Amino acid sequence: MIVSAFFWLFASVLLVSAALVITLRNPVHAVLFLILAFFNGAGLFLLAGAEFLAMILVVVYVGAVLVLFLFIIMMLDVDFAELKAGFIRSAPLAGLVGGVLLAELMFVALKWKPAAMAAKLKMAPAMQGMTNTEALGRILYTDHVYFFQAAGMILLVAMIGAIVLSLHHRRDVKRQNVADQVARTREEAVRLVDVKPGQGL
Amino acid sequence: MSIGLAHYLGVAATLFTIGVFGIFLNRKNVIVILMSVELMLLAVNINLVAFSTHLGDLMGQVFALLVLTVAAAEAAIGLAILVVYFRNRGSIAVDEIDSLKG
Amino acid sequence: METLLKAIVFLPLLGAVTAGLFGTAVFRYVGGAPPQPAHDAHAEEDGHHHFHYDGPRWPMLLTTGILLLVAALAWVAFFDVIAGHTYKVVIAEWVRSGKLVAQWALRVDTLTAVMLVVVTTVSALVHVYSLGYMSHDPHQPRFFAYLSLFTFAMLMLVTSDNLLQMFFGWEGVGLASYLLIGFWYDRASANAAAIKAFVVNRVGDFGFALGIFATFALFGSIEFDPIFAAAPEMAEKTMHFLSRDVPALELIGLLLFMGAMGKSAQFLLHTWLPDAMEGPTPVSALIHAATMVTAGVFLVARMSPIYELAHVAQQVVLAIGAVTAFFAATVGLVQNDIKRIIAYSTCSQLGYMFAALGVGAYGVGMFHLFTHAFFKALLFLGAGSVIHAMADEQDIWRMGGLYPYIKRTWAMMLIGTLALTGFPFTAGYFSKDAIIEATYAAHTPLGEAAFWLLVVAAGFTAFYSWRLMFVVFHGKPRASRETLARVHESPAVMMVPLYVLAAGALFAGFLFKDWFIGEAEAEFWGQAIYRAAHNEIVEAMHHVPAWVKWAPFVMMVSGFSVAFLFYMVKTDLPEKLARAFRPVYLFLLNKWYFDELYDVLFVRPAFALGRLLWKGGDQKIIDGLGPDGVSALAAAVGRVASRLQTGYLYHYAFAMLLGIAGLLTWLMMGG
Repeated sequence: MIVSAFFWLFASVLLVSAALVITLRNPVHAVLFLILAFFNGAGLFLLAGAEFLAMILVVVYVGAVLVLFLFIIMMLDVDFAELKAGFIRSAPLAGLVGGVLLAELMFVALKWKPAAMAAKLKMAPAMQGMTNTEALGRILYTDHVYFFQAAGMILLVAMIGAIVLSLHHRRDVKRQNVADQVARTREEAVRLVDVKPGQGL
Repeated sequence: MSIGLAHYLGVAATLFTIGVFGIFLNRKNVIVILMSVELMLLAVNINLVAFSTHLGDLMGQVFALLVLTVAAAEAAIGLAILVVYFRNRGSIAVDEIDSLKG
Repeated sequence: METLLKAIVFLPLLGAVTAGLFGTAVFRYVGGAPPQPAHDAHAEEDGHHHFHYDGPRWPMLLTTGILLLVAALAWVAFFDVIAGHTYKVVIAEWVRSGKLVAQWALRVDTLTAVMLVVVTTVSALVHVYSLGYMSHDPHQPRFFAYLSLFTFAMLMLVTSDNLLQMFFGWEGVGLASYLLIGFWYDRASANAAAIKAFVVNRVGDFGFALGIFATFALFGSIEFDPIFAAAPEMAEKTMHFLSRDVPALELIGLLLFMGAMGKSAQFLLHTWLPDAMEGPTPVSALIHAATMVTAGVFLVARMSPIYELAHVAQQVVLAIGAVTAFFAATVGLVQNDIKRIIAYSTCSQLGYMFAALGVGAYGVGMFHLFTHAFFKALLFLGAGSVIHAMADEQDIWRMGGLYPYIKRTWAMMLIGTLALTGFPFTAGYFSKDAIIEATYAAHTPLGEAAFWLLVVAAGFTAFYSWRLMFVVFHGKPRASRETLARVHESPAVMMVPLYVLAAGALFAGFLFKDWFIGEAEAEFWGQAIYRAAHNEIVEAMHHVPAWVKWAPFVMMVSGFSVAFLFYMVKTDLPEKLARAFRPVYLFLLNKWYFDELYDVLFVRPAFALGRLLWKGGDQKIIDGLGPDGVSALAAAVGRVASRLQTGYLYHYAFAMLLGIAGLLTWLMMGG
């Protein structure tokens, strides 16, 4: 009963905040509602028993990715009102495509039945007597370590890519060069000038 | 009425549709498009987790983890491109992004 | 002996390949640009030697040396064959396909032996002559390679043992002729003449090929021996051709004669020969006077077992031959180009040969072929010597009075003219008069008509030959003083071949007449020429009335007299005549308007058809639907598709989402 109540709570908040994400004019508000949506998504994960993923979603996704969104929106000086233009005009098409899609997905969701041999096809049966995190760790670090490494590489490449894309040196700003400072010698730095009396430099 | 797989799938389907809606409605705002994509990925993850639980197969959660990874990477790169684009053009209006060279 | 025969045929090929591949620029400039033709500043001033050759001399000497050797060997073979031997040297099998068998084989009997000596002797002399005549040409190795290649092809033709090998040689000489007419390929007229020769010959070759097919269909073989053996049995057979039944042997004879007409420039297919004079003069002497154009005569003589049984075909040969002899002689009367006059003369003399073949006097025709080769090559090479002396001038009206300058060339031309006009005891006297007598001796209405045509043509021959002599060598000099100042006798290397040919023109008839047409005739020809039992033409020829024997002589004298009157005594007479009979003069000058007629009948319709097919068929339909249509369609589709590719991000997003929705719908509905 409690589980049902929480499910409906999480689900309704998730959908409402998601709807707000795409309709709000202020993108900062939209991102905040996106964060709320992800929190509720994490709640649904918890209810489904995927504790580790729920925590990952909150800590990594909300904590890093969505906050990144927030920063970007705040950094860019964009007139978002202008970008909302044409919102209503495309609504009919969106309604049509979305409606069809939703009807089909719902049909699948309600009419779905597992195949007869589904039980035999399990790749990683849930293990008894250990937590979700531990089970997931076992699978990831033993059976699928290459995928795990590949995921890590993807993140690394994305990180490098993002840095390369956004890093740029501004010529008009003076920066500290520590190496140059350390390598500086007396001969370069000091010049003895013999100043004759009464003449100045 | 106990909560079954169908409930999760229904929620995920609705969420996915909301993401599609978002892309259609906010076609000029690339940031909201990116957020809509995040919503759709979340819907997919909910699906994966729900199936994983229902079938007792942890593979679904592994997939969800990888999806999260890719989604994070995609968001990072997308936002980086956005920043560069804004720096060059002073705008992020999508209908002006129609040439391959900045 | 067999080795010797092989050497005769294949040594010229060796020379041609060696000189052609290693003597010319084919390999010399691999990887580098060929040098521009060297314009010698000094030679330019001189105005005579525009070009200058500084390449190696060995290709010329090699091919010439080989040809001299081959000519000597050919004479050895000739005397061996007339001693009564015949040879059949099988070299390799060529084609074996079902019943069709063709071998590379050298068939040497008297007929072939005669051709061997003619071809190799004239070819060797022309090679030697060309050493002088072409000495300034920058491409002379190529020229000599072509000459040797021609000699090889001609030898293949005359030594062939089956129709297919003969066709090989036939086409080979056609190719060499094409290459040599167009040797100076930077002249548009030479290229046009080369193409004309090739195309007109194709008409004849088409007939020849059909004749070969018909022969195979009838006899089941294309080798000479089985054909000749089976010919009498086939005399009554008919063949279905052009949706009617025609006598098979007549059909084969006519088709093969069609090929002969093309190659030997007979009436209706003669138009290429005068134009072929665009080639260098030694080529005219070798190919277009002495050897290649006589291939048709050789073909008919070789196929004598067929023609003896095909009387209609024989009549056609006689008619065409006589008409050609007459027609070409009339045109020759008014031509002004020294080489064209001799070319029409050649055409006319070939007509004589065919007339002889047409009445069954094969030996007589071959005899005229034999003597004609000497005196006509002599005339051509003499004309070349004149042209050489006059700095490439060919119009006889710009010559005149050359006798004091080039006496030796004059003497050579005189001998050639005497032999051609049939002056007593020269070569032409024996052979040409024999032909005229033979047509009379045929005692048929057509033979009678041919006789009169040939007699008149003999008069015309004398007239135009002496006209040439008088206009070129006598009278007032009409050339510019600068040209006259440079007129010089040709070098020894050019004169010696003339001397040899002059000896042939003087004595060949007298020496060989007994063998070719006299008492020893039957023994001489042996099995090479077949004559039906009733064919007593050679015997009858010797018993014609005296006036028939004297007719050609009278015509010769009167031709000479009229020419002397016109061009030495009353030199204004020809012009008055030309004005008085202007239509006739123009008719003759324009060669009976054959070129114009063919232009209207064939060339323009062909061009129109070609243009129609090109513009309508090719460009509109094939290109329009094919490459152009496809590319236009691709471009149009591309334009539409590029409109799809707006470059707007959300359009792509829409497309993807629509795709997902569509795919899902399809899965739901279809699955």
